[in-house]
Amino acid sequence: MNSRHRRFSFVRVLAITTNTFTELTRLKVFHVLLIFALLLIGSSVFMARFSFQEEFQILKDVALGAVSIFTSLLAIVATARLIPQDIEDRTIYTVLAKPVARFEYLMGKLAGVLLLLAIGTLLMGAMFLIVLYAREQTLLHETARQTMSPEQLDDALRAVRASALNADIVPCIALIYIKACLLGALTLFVSTFATTSVFTTVVMVFIYFIGHLQATAREYWLQQDGGGWITRTFLALVALIFPDLQPFNLVDGIVAGAAIPLAFFVETAALGIFYVAIYTLLAGVVFYGKEL
Amino acid sequence: MIRSILVFLIVLVFGVIKLPIERNLFVVRRPLHFRDELNLNFREQLSQLGFIAALSGFRSIVADVLFIQANVAWGRAEWGRVLLFFRQATALQPRAILFWDMAAWHMAWNASAAAMNDRAQPRLALRIKAQREFFALGQDFLERGIENNPEKPRLYETLARLYKEKYNDHERASEFFAKAAALPDAMSYDQRFSAYELSYVEGRERQAYERLRRLYDAGENERLPTLIARLKFLEDKLDIPDDQRIHGPEN
Repeated sequence: MNSRHRRFSFVRVLAITTNTFTELTRLKVFHVLLIFALLLIGSSVFMARFSFQEEFQILKDVALGAVSIFTSLLAIVATARLIPQDIEDRTIYTVLAKPVARFEYLMGKLAGVLLLLAIGTLLMGAMFLIVLYAREQTLLHETARQTMSPEQLDDALRAVRASALNADIVPCIALIYIKACLLGALTLFVSTFATTSVFTTVVMVFIYFIGHLQATAREYWLQQDGGGWITRTFLALVALIFPDLQPFNLVDGIVAGAAIPLAFFVETAALGIFYVAIYTLLAGVVFYGKEL
Repeated sequence: MIRSILVFLIVLVFGVIKLPIERNLFVVRRPLHFRDELNLNFREQLSQLGFIAALSGFRSIVADVLFIQANVAWGRAEWGRVLLFFRQATALQPRAILFWDMAAWHMAWNASAAAMNDRAQPRLALRIKAQREFFALGQDFLERGIENNPEKPRLYETLARLYKEKYNDHERASEFFAKAAALPDAMSYDQRFSAYELSYVEGRERQAYERLRRLYDAGENERLPTLIARLKFLEDKLDIPDDQRIHGPEN
């Protein structure tokens, strides 16, 4: 028998990750959410038959909005049930009775959720890009068949291309995924001290809204000279405790034609990964003290 | 208890570390037009659900829904509702050119025509007054759209067309076509249209002639029937010597 036991093992984490991922893919909620999102993205092309600019704008809005809301929902719903479910099924006792550290258990659980989110985002992103590309090609062919001068044709084709597929959609989807990872990690942290998955989900819904308004509170706190100390303390706490989710939300800008500079993307992505690391660490600290 | 205090302290320390990073991202986002701000007065105009959706990062979808509602209202010729929905949609998505453009088109072209043909209003003076009010609403949408999107040529083009077709103001039309032409991604016809419009302005014929002539000399692609017709008209009007005149097809 091997008496040496490593404090941290990727193999153990991987085993828990695979197990969590398998469990989550068997969940009906995952299938329902994914199918509904794919249907929504696929059918968005039929939602609005206006001019091609209108059609592309609505297609991008609906599809990117669907990717964003479904990944966020999935991150919260899937993570919120992980620990309470394992406690209810008593699986957690079996796992932790073996030489598995609590932090390994948490990391494995979170990695399983992140893997599920990655696959979901990839499927939805691919579906969206295929729909957008197919629609762009159809319109380009239709435009090319129209009788007009070469100069007018050039202008028309340029207008179609400018409205349709652009490279900034990919980093936009990547940031949607990182935002979902952040929400997943934060949900895991909340679920370590919550008693039920319903409580965790409700808390996370509130955090989701606060996260989108955090920037407003922060700017008010940092800039405003007036306001009583109670207001300022409250705003400071909001700014310090809650994550700012707005930097990850670039859908509105991308659809309107704004470009994402590489430095901005890298900084935002790094901030997201930093958030994930901190929330996982916090979850670990709380989970170590949890009586099971 | 100690653990809870420790967690709270980690959260606060992390908050202090992340604050300048988030602040920096916020500052960088502004010139990139990834706007976070939302005019809170719009709570009065949006439904509660719409307002919450807008606050939670789904502004563009809410704006699309309002845009579709505006189109439905247009189908029913409910111009007041069309105006309201477009005001909300443009407030939510001020960087979406399409909303400003369509709002202006509905006001200055469709609603104004409907006002002029309004059988419920027997007095011509009041119909004309209503028509002008709709022109002004269209103009206002375009001016605010340009204010929010100064680098996009499309709204300058629409404003130029509004001056040309609705106000018969060729000088202003020429000015806005020229502004559109000066921007990157402008359509190739903008420069030509600017010169055409200038050719209708009393007292600016010489300038218009020079611009049209430059376009004519630029090559075959620019020698379109309207350009040749306007150039010949100006040659006659300015009494250009025969040896300097163009020799193209009569129009």
